[in-house]
Amino acid sequence: MTHGHDDAFDRTDLAPGDEHVEGGRLRLRVLGYVTGLGLAILLTATSFFVAGTNLVWEPSIPVALVVLAIAQMGVHLVFFLHITTGPDNTNNVLALAFGVLIVLLLMSGSLWIMANLNHNMMPMDQIMQMQR
Amino acid sequence: MADTTMAYAHIDPHQVRGIDEFGTHAGPASRRIVTGYGFWIFILSDIIMFSAFFATYAVLLGQTAGGPSGRDLFDLRNVAIETAFLLASSFTCGMASIAADMRNKTWFQVAMAVTCLFGLAFLTIEAREFASLVARGAGPTRSAFLSAFFSLVGLHGLHVSAGILWLLTMMAQVLAKGFRADIQRRILCFALFWHALDIIWIAVFTVVYLIGSAQ
Amino acid sequence: MLGKLDWSAIPFDQPIPMITSGVVALVILGVLAWVVLAGHLPYLWREWITSVDHKRIGVMYMTLALVMLLRGFSDAIMMRGQQAIAFHSQGYLPPEHFNQIFSAHGTIMIFFVAMPFVIGLMNLVVPLQLGVRDVAFPTLNSVGFWLTATGALLVNMSLVIGEFARTGWLPYPPLSELTYSPGVGVDYYLWSLEISGIGTLVAGINLVTTVLKLRTRGMSYLRMPMFCWTTLASNLLIVTAFPILTATLAMLILDRYFGFHFFSNEAGGNVMMFMNLIWAWGHPEVYILILPAFGVFSEVVATFSGKPLFGYRSMVLATMAICVISFMVWLHHFFTMGAGPNVNAIFGIASMIIAVPTGVKIYNWLFTMYGGRIRFTSPMLWSIGFMVTFILGGLTGVLVAVPPADFLLHNSLFLVAHFHNVIIGGVLFGAFAGYTYWFPKAFGFRLHEGLGKAAFWFWLIGFYVAFMPLYAVGLLGMTRRMQHYDIPEWRPWLIAAAFGAVLILIGIGFQIAQLVVSIRRREELRDRTGDPWQGRSLEWATASPPPVFNFAIMPDVRGGDAYWEIKSRARQQDIEKQEPDYEDIEMPRNSPTGFVCAFFATVMGFALIWHIWWMVAAGFVGAFATFVVFAWRDHDEYVIPAAEVARIDRANLAERRALAGAAGSA
Repeated sequence: MTHGHDDAFDRTDLAPGDEHVEGGRLRLRVLGYVTGLGLAILLTATSFFVAGTNLVWEPSIPVALVVLAIAQMGVHLVFFLHITTGPDNTNNVLALAFGVLIVLLLMSGSLWIMANLNHNMMPMDQIMQMQR
Repeated sequence: MADTTMAYAHIDPHQVRGIDEFGTHAGPASRRIVTGYGFWIFILSDIIMFSAFFATYAVLLGQTAGGPSGRDLFDLRNVAIETAFLLASSFTCGMASIAADMRNKTWFQVAMAVTCLFGLAFLTIEAREFASLVARGAGPTRSAFLSAFFSLVGLHGLHVSAGILWLLTMMAQVLAKGFRADIQRRILCFALFWHALDIIWIAVFTVVYLIGSAQ
Repeated sequence: MLGKLDWSAIPFDQPIPMITSGVVALVILGVLAWVVLAGHLPYLWREWITSVDHKRIGVMYMTLALVMLLRGFSDAIMMRGQQAIAFHSQGYLPPEHFNQIFSAHGTIMIFFVAMPFVIGLMNLVVPLQLGVRDVAFPTLNSVGFWLTATGALLVNMSLVIGEFARTGWLPYPPLSELTYSPGVGVDYYLWSLEISGIGTLVAGINLVTTVLKLRTRGMSYLRMPMFCWTTLASNLLIVTAFPILTATLAMLILDRYFGFHFFSNEAGGNVMMFMNLIWAWGHPEVYILILPAFGVFSEVVATFSGKPLFGYRSMVLATMAICVISFMVWLHHFFTMGAGPNVNAIFGIASMIIAVPTGVKIYNWLFTMYGGRIRFTSPMLWSIGFMVTFILGGLTGVLVAVPPADFLLHNSLFLVAHFHNVIIGGVLFGAFAGYTYWFPKAFGFRLHEGLGKAAFWFWLIGFYVAFMPLYAVGLLGMTRRMQHYDIPEWRPWLIAAAFGAVLILIGIGFQIAQLVVSIRRREELRDRTGDPWQGRSLEWATASPPPVFNFAIMPDVRGGDAYWEIKSRARQQDIEKQEPDYEDIEMPRNSPTGFVCAFFATVMGFALIWHIWWMVAAGFVGAFATFVVFAWRDHDEYVIPAAEVARIDRANLAERRALAGAAGSA
């Protein structure tokens, strides 16, 4: 139909989630997932530990947790979703980057706007009381 | 705008000018790439939908209306077990992907079945958490904070449920029709979906549960 | 058994909806009867309803849009009529009705006229311009269209069964919460948009993937027609913005149906969060609408100036800049809500910055025209009308982007005039230009040019007479959505505006006449070459209408303005004389999936609105079953043998060459 060579491996482009393993050796591929799992377990355990401990300066805990979360998302992207920086993954990375940009704009914009609004405007239950 | 047909691959590896090693844009991509990419775009749209709920959760975090807050309600042990199950299911899903690629029906069905069990375990724990919260009078109608909590975590749970239905459908399809090309494409999409759900869960357990209990 | 639905839902005591629905029902039944009795139903089912062909789906989208334009416009004329006479009087529309009318007007015009029109144009044209046979996901395309139609159907059903929302086209809480809108009106709005929103999202995914992954050999990004770039930008916005709409409306649904407290007045809900989220969608939405229109103008201006588009790369940059910046300005829709001067300043400045890339585009179109041999066909007239009108609208936009000014003008008729200025002058004029320009490609005959020009002039003058007074009356202090007023200074302006609406009505009349006359005289207006305008891009290389597979052999592109390049080379090298190697072509099979899915979606939507829970479950099961049946099919393609491809292609080429020979040049 419209499409090119069906399902053969394209040297210049890769579907997201596909990995390009030369010769497709089983052991290497499984090892990739095992490494990802191991790193993810490590990062998760660290997160739970950091959240509950008093060994870390308390105000920095949310920051640390966010950093650990981002690191773990990276682990998932690389080891489970095989998103790389190679030229065959450019489109996939660009789409992801665009999505992440919008998420950041939406979240930071909303938080900033709402914080300012809540600071300036009377809380709703007080407004309701004024109605009576 | 006439371009000559020379091999520009070495100076344009990222295909910004869309040139392959033969010097011209190669034409339409293969079916697998098109399907996978389309689903990738869908996942990005889904992530943005989640981020709208995240933003709302962050804004309504303190609006407990005199009722219980995260610190009062969250049981981190349960969350750790849920996380373990979902993470493990991501791993077994990866094994299923490899099995599908190797066209090994047995390993595929086994890996998918284990993924399903782990996913169901996750959902069971979550459902019980929700039920116990409602029973304690901390249901979604109690306060804006709880509305935001239930809808964000619940949306993720709904996605996992849909994923399980999809998983079972894929197992049935492979059983009935084997590793046909279009079924392989759907397995690729399913794997993308399942891994994305785990990525979203990372955000959920970090922001909602861990940061939320520290409040 | 039937939830909240009973006979009191039908407004027997209100003449306007009863008469209107009666007439509409008669027309629909009449058309259906004619279709069935004349034996057209199998054709309709096979060739249109179950079609997964992007050209057919594009035409259906645009048909939906044009029909809904009539509904939305009747709402408009009713409003103008009301405001013209409601001075020290209640007029003829009581407030509960007036509120539903302006809400329905906005909802229909944005979601069921503007969106389907631009999506239809993109669907029809983009695969042809990219030199490929269809979009990335043809069956999904059909699903998207039919879900949009479901949304339109639900909104129109509210006219006679129940009521529509009275909240305006964006249902701000707390008015839209259950306490203050206990009826089904807001529910009609919510479910209609949630369902059609899925359709739009699906179209967005389809077109992004098509532009990025399905281009013919040699068509690198910087050789794509400008319309494809604007399609990419617009659809990237669709896939990133529509999820926000889905989420926000879902939160309102949870509030209304389950007593959640996202936006309620009590238990900590935050009403302002709704405005924040809905406009985070709403602003990208207007760019989703205008970017394809910009693309149309790029094509039309280049073609009818006989020159390549000036400043292609700066156009691409400007388009992608607009795409990104459109996500950074949304607060300008609620400057007055109280975020404070710092926040207002940042978003105000961003809103002014986003006017710059649009300015770049305008200059590029002007420079394209400069030195060209301009043909003032009706698409070109629409484009020139756009340039003047949209600039004016854009200027008033930059004016209201200044927060202190906006504190006076927010929600006044000045604002209403501004956004109609840019939407009509931009989106609608672009839609009409594209409609006229690509009609011959879709149907094989041109639209009557004289009637088209008359339509244009009545629209243009009518627009100015209808909306310039609204700027004036807005500056005189009139708030939007007023059912009656008692300030004498406003009256003459509102009467003038009503007169303008009548001029537009005449314009629409000419458009209807144009369509009827063109169909009647289609043999005279026949386009036999496939290239009635001396086009520059690949869609003009196909016959009009193109065969189902678009191109017998997918073209090999060697530069921008691909078809112009092919024509020039052909003249030089006599390439057309060589016959290509025809091959079998696989095309996707038609499928009833879209239509059946939408049927169940309609059932579910209606049941959700009226709280008929067993019907909701039934609809859901039906939709899921449809999906499974579709997923289980073994044969999703059919083959057109090479011999058949050859026969069709030879016939098309012969016709084209005969005319070229007669004319003396290609």
